[in-house]
Amino acid sequence: MATVAAVIASTHHPFYLRASTATGEDRPPFADEWVAKIEAFRETLTRARPDVLVMVGSDHFHQLWLDNMPQFLIGKAPFYDANYYNEEREFGLPRMGLRGDEELSAYLLRGGIDEGFDLAFSNELRVDHSITCPIITLRPQADLPIVPVYTNIFAPPMPQPKRFVELGQALRRLVEAWPSDQRVAIIGTGHLSLELGGPRQFGPHGPDPEFDRKAVEWIASADLKSALAEVSLDSLWQPGNATHGFMDFMLMMGAAGENVPADYTDSLDLFHTMEAYFTWYPEGAGR
Amino acid sequence: MSKYLVNKFLYTIDRDPDLVERYREDPRGTVDWWEAERANQILNSPERSTWLSFTDAERDALGSQDYVALFELGAHNFLLLTLFIALFERDYDEPLAFQREFAARLSHWSVPYPDIST
Repeated sequence: MATVAAVIASTHHPFYLRASTATGEDRPPFADEWVAKIEAFRETLTRARPDVLVMVGSDHFHQLWLDNMPQFLIGKAPFYDANYYNEEREFGLPRMGLRGDEELSAYLLRGGIDEGFDLAFSNELRVDHSITCPIITLRPQADLPIVPVYTNIFAPPMPQPKRFVELGQALRRLVEAWPSDQRVAIIGTGHLSLELGGPRQFGPHGPDPEFDRKAVEWIASADLKSALAEVSLDSLWQPGNATHGFMDFMLMMGAAGENVPADYTDSLDLFHTMEAYFTWYPEGAGR
Repeated sequence: MSKYLVNKFLYTIDRDPDLVERYREDPRGTVDWWEAERANQILNSPERSTWLSFTDAERDALGSQDYVALFELGAHNFLLLTLFIALFERDYDEPLAFQREFAARLSHWSVPYPDIST
């Protein structure tokens, strides 16, 4: 059976590439600390020696649109072009290309549907910065095949937080039962408190530091009971109008396993939103 | 009210560099052209819809590039921010100055914000 080599949950900050490569006057004062934290985080994936990456993220109205909006979608393609004109324009993100693992995609689609998730699929998917930011931070050589898993954290009506947790649990079970000798890392990115297009955007910290503090504790200890007790589709508007991205962290807590503490936890209080990084080694593989 | 159509306008302008410039230079003309020619174009099909149009308030808000009014009409916050950064960030000297002005102009709002559900 396949090995879950690592479960990794992270924020995805589209400005990392620009900040980390800027020089001279353009280099922000926090860039060196940010780079050091990212390089330490990257080592947690490298150490796990993955062969394939299951990448959980969310399309930001690029290929998926309100005329036909899936709640959960898995890509099944041999290749994924990546990043869009407006991400190049706003964040300086380059066009990228990532190989796909169609066999694992087909397996997760079949298994997920049979477990009760009526998953949408895509045979031609151009992924966006929710997938490429963690490639840039965690695997910049972009040399491993991926399976993209997209969730709707963006366009109401969205699935309930509990459903994200259940999908994470299902992905973990399915990967562990995959008849393969591959080492699989399950990587997902979301947000802590975040405001975009609202009065609390781009402040000196995330819009709700108290939510961020609690959220980091929940994730680091995979405390699903507390997270599910306090978080609802309605409540997530309070910490910031883009905070539904936290549900992707809840998915990853499901993949990590309830109450299993993360083997690696780090965070960085940036302007605009807090960064947070978590790694679990289910098999003890990377410890 | 057609929040969906306002979002469709923001979405289809934002993804096309030529249309971003056209909307920056000629907001009202671009909105009128778009409503006549593009509003009913199904994006994933050569077929057209027959029923989509802006309300007067929506047309005015888009035509005057009034992002406060668009926020209040329930336009999707991400689409709104992304396109308006593309339109106006270049006019500001300091990094994030436009984004902070955007926030300040909405400072009379607290949660709950206008509903973005479509």
